[in-house]
Amino acid sequence: MSMFAKKRGKAKPEVSTASLPDIIFMLLFFFMVVTKLRDSELKVNVNTPSASELTKLEKKSLVNYIFIGTPTKKYQAIYGTSPRIQLGDKFAEAEEIPKFVEEHRLTVSEKERPAVISSLKVDGKTTMGIITDVKTQLRKANQLKVNYSTKPSVMK
Amino acid sequence: MPRSLRQAPEINAGSMADIAFLLLIFFLVTTTISEDKGVLVKLPPWSNEPPPELRLNERNVYSVLVNAQNQLLVRKTPMDISRLRDDAKDFIMNPTGRPDMAENPKKAIISLKNDRGTEYKTYIEVYNELKAAYNELREEEARKRHNKSFEFLTKDQQRAIRSSIPLVISEAEPTDLANE
Repeated sequence: MSMFAKKRGKAKPEVSTASLPDIIFMLLFFFMVVTKLRDSELKVNVNTPSASELTKLEKKSLVNYIFIGTPTKKYQAIYGTSPRIQLGDKFAEAEEIPKFVEEHRLTVSEKERPAVISSLKVDGKTTMGIITDVKTQLRKANQLKVNYSTKPSVMK
Repeated sequence: MPRSLRQAPEINAGSMADIAFLLLIFFLVTTTISEDKGVLVKLPPWSNEPPPELRLNERNVYSVLVNAQNQLLVRKTPMDISRLRDDAKDFIMNPTGRPDMAENPKKAIISLKNDRGTEYKTYIEVYNELKAAYNELREEEARKRHNKSFEFLTKDQQRAIRSSIPLVISEAEPTDLANE
């Protein structure tokens, strides 16, 4: 009984802020989990063109990314300045795309495999030659859903 | 010392929230929620045999050629890209019933051909304009039929409109006339 008597004797009770950090930490963890840090370093310059008729990529795990552009300054000494393909975190040739797509497919459950999308992040100044080669390889790999990654443009 | 006899001083947990806030704000600022958007296309399946020769009525084919200088040739006449959308819409719907334009939207086919030297930016622009033409036509059709915007229609209604104005863009193998 003395315990209660003691409490009553104190000043009016304050709202405990001890749980506030927990709430904030929860928010913090939420953001840390939701925002995906770019897992592969970009080795090519990619400045995607803009377009208005866009489709959003829903599930990130179902997307594989193919970057095409001129190598960044750091890699120009080795790879030159003509547009190159980057798969994952390394430079690649168009012929390696089917293997790359296949490897990504294995990480996806069988049920979701038809929904796999290839996202092409291509620099606007690239010529269509290399892109056509990539498209041919994607078709050979039976990866027919392709998303040309673009920036949203202001509606006309 | 009388002080040490008292209970050990508690660490003030009040500032913990501030630290967590700082971290939270750091993550909020640094991580950009990458808006992954783009133009979705469906490639045709690969086959080793050359595609069968299709005899199409020429009036139903809207051919768009893009050369290595990023110039457009639409149905054998040069055209500026800004006019492409309206021209394509006109062609697909053919409101005046001209004999050299599509019989009906279902039969209209867009044939897109570019050069290996065409810039990707131009290609996307052209593709975007053509897609926009179709989207605008579908939107108009939705307003006419249901007096609602296309995106607010039910799945079935959308499907009906989509099949009445199907988007058919056929891409030919690019020419190789210019240096890449």
